[in-house]
Amino acid sequence: MAVARWSQREIAGWGRYPKVRALVARPETRADVIEAIVDRQDEPILAQGLRRSYGDAALLTGRVIDMTRLDRMLDFDPATGWLRCEAGVSIADIAATFLPRGYFPPVVPGTKFVTVAGALASDIHGKNHHVAGSWSNHVRDVELLLPSGDIVCCDRGINAELFRATAGGQGLTGIVLAMDVQLERVVAGTEVGPRLAAIEMETVRVANMDEFVRVSGASGGYSYSVGWIDGAARGSSVGRGFFMRGRVTGAAGPARVIGTAGSERTAASLDRRQSDVTPRRSLVDGRYLSFNWLLNRVSMRTFNAVLYLRNGNSRRTVTFDRYFFPLDAVKNWNRFYGPRGLLQYQFVVPPDPQNRALHSALDAVAASGIPSFLGVIKEFGPQANGGLSFPVPGTTVALDFPNTGARLLGLLERLDDLVASAGGRVYLAKDARLGADAFRRMYPDWRQWKETRDRYDPGGVMQSELGRRLGLVG
Amino acid sequence: MSVLVLGATSPIARAIAREYARRGADVALGARDVAEAVRLAGDLRVRFGVRAAAYRFDALDYGSHRQLVRQAGEEIGSVDVAVVAFGELGDRERSIEDFESARIVLETNYLGAASVCEAVARVMAAAGRGTIVGIGSVAGDRGRFSNYFYGSAKGGFALYLQGLRARMYHHGVHVVTVKPGFIDTPMTWGRMGRLPVASPESLARAVAKAVDRRRDVVYHPWFWRGIMAVVRLVPESRWKRLKI
Repeated sequence: MAVARWSQREIAGWGRYPKVRALVARPETRADVIEAIVDRQDEPILAQGLRRSYGDAALLTGRVIDMTRLDRMLDFDPATGWLRCEAGVSIADIAATFLPRGYFPPVVPGTKFVTVAGALASDIHGKNHHVAGSWSNHVRDVELLLPSGDIVCCDRGINAELFRATAGGQGLTGIVLAMDVQLERVVAGTEVGPRLAAIEMETVRVANMDEFVRVSGASGGYSYSVGWIDGAARGSSVGRGFFMRGRVTGAAGPARVIGTAGSERTAASLDRRQSDVTPRRSLVDGRYLSFNWLLNRVSMRTFNAVLYLRNGNSRRTVTFDRYFFPLDAVKNWNRFYGPRGLLQYQFVVPPDPQNRALHSALDAVAASGIPSFLGVIKEFGPQANGGLSFPVPGTTVALDFPNTGARLLGLLERLDDLVASAGGRVYLAKDARLGADAFRRMYPDWRQWKETRDRYDPGGVMQSELGRRLGLVG
Repeated sequence: MSVLVLGATSPIARAIAREYARRGADVALGARDVAEAVRLAGDLRVRFGVRAAAYRFDALDYGSHRQLVRQAGEEIGSVDVAVVAFGELGDRERSIEDFESARIVLETNYLGAASVCEAVARVMAAAGRGTIVGIGSVAGDRGRFSNYFYGSAKGGFALYLQGLRARMYHHGVHVVTVKPGFIDTPMTWGRMGRLPVASPESLARAVAKAVDRRRDVVYHPWFWRGIMAVVRLVPESRWKRLKI
């Protein structure tokens, strides 16, 4: 590209609400990204990856740079697991490349279709937060392109303040070009076959919130855990659902360490179709199916009740894909929610023996009558990274809602107040509507974060719809 | 197996290099932007554990082409498949204003491509085996109102490949002409409206398949063969009125 080409497009996050018009460039190389920054015609700019954040974190009515073509893996050290890669490399790509060699991304969210830079911008967490912390805890040497055109490196050691602001900073501190990520050794490299490792998953039925907390507390031996909750349950059964805990189980047979040039090559040439994280063609595509008419209070109550009553405790071994990314099996499942889209509300509240805030929040949701089909609950570990990074010690709950307009927005505002009063916060990567005042109550570090950001971007070039809404930019 | 990709930094070339590395081939990458080629070579090594080398390659530096082919052969083993993937789209208005700009389009897509094909053909003919893949374009199937410089050079290249295929047939060397339709690259980004574009990865798979099956001329996506057949049928007296 001699000059960046900007294509006028309507873009939206995963929730398909809101939608904005933007001029989008898609650089093919690192040099193209720098060119695009120069060629932005003095308009605000934002980098985006695979747009899996739900709301407006990756949106900007302005110039947007699609980073997905920067997908080179630059270096890998099998001894330590450090992978250097460009910003647009996805977790799906890393898993497909490295699981056959016995490595897995250190932290994965509920979908594998996120880029490493998106993972840093949201400082994503996964089912192992209680033992592993979040994405930025496994990252070093982040190469950041500032709006000035300067390229700086940051991590916990150098430019530490910039690194802290970038982890969870929603892409507002600059454009990530590359980073090091430390992959986790999930099984000593073996060559016993393509099914190198799997997840031993145990499902435990829990009757209410207190039981959930008890089971969660007693699951220390499991590196991965998450709960499904019935958003319709009320009163004493608030929080009923399933607790799903898992751990890696290695393949049987003689282990041979991968690391020497010869054996690594053999591992790489394993038939990738058999590797269990290779993208499969999904049978269902939400683009052609909208169930919006079906999403109502009665169907939701029935769905959740049937799910709860039909399933009991179980223990089985499943593939990584099945355990970590079950929803990825349905392509574009967000489209089930129809043209108005969906909103996800994810919050965390600090630990409380009585779980008062959780009870009131879930009660308020059930009482509102607004259907929530998917409820997920998880206890975070002690790791908290400051700045705008979401995870803090406590319990997090995520609820999906069809966009029913004012009624839903009213409910979510009530929840904001409840969460903020309890010392909790909502997850910006899921958010499309939080007010600036509520945000400031939830993220007390915001002022310091903004000072750092303004120092590296004095012209206020990096912007997003989320940043504008929350008063983070300008 | 070893594969030489020329013009390696384009999305199509990158996808082809990855496709072959995935199959376990060692890959040599030639590109004007050698720093970028080095990054791509690293990507192939990390992902697939193959040998990958990067070279500076300038389509217009004809004198260097033989040397480059020799060097690649020494480093990754004698080349089994060579892919000529570079292209210079240019800008129609600029080409009309300033012939220098048109010259670069014509020279890169035709002379540069023919020169490096000759260099590869020489080595492959001596070895009595190998496949040369030339990436042309559906734009080369008929001269159009818009960007006929690019189209005529790609059309000339297709004729050249046809001749080369006939000559190399007698040396046991195969030549594949690939004619991509709309592929999701910077050439089409923001220009196609709602028209569907094929991914570079799907084109790469089609290229590897065409090499395996020793196909002569391949369109991708396949339906472009039909579209271009119709396009060629339009009488010239009508065609000249169309501003497409």
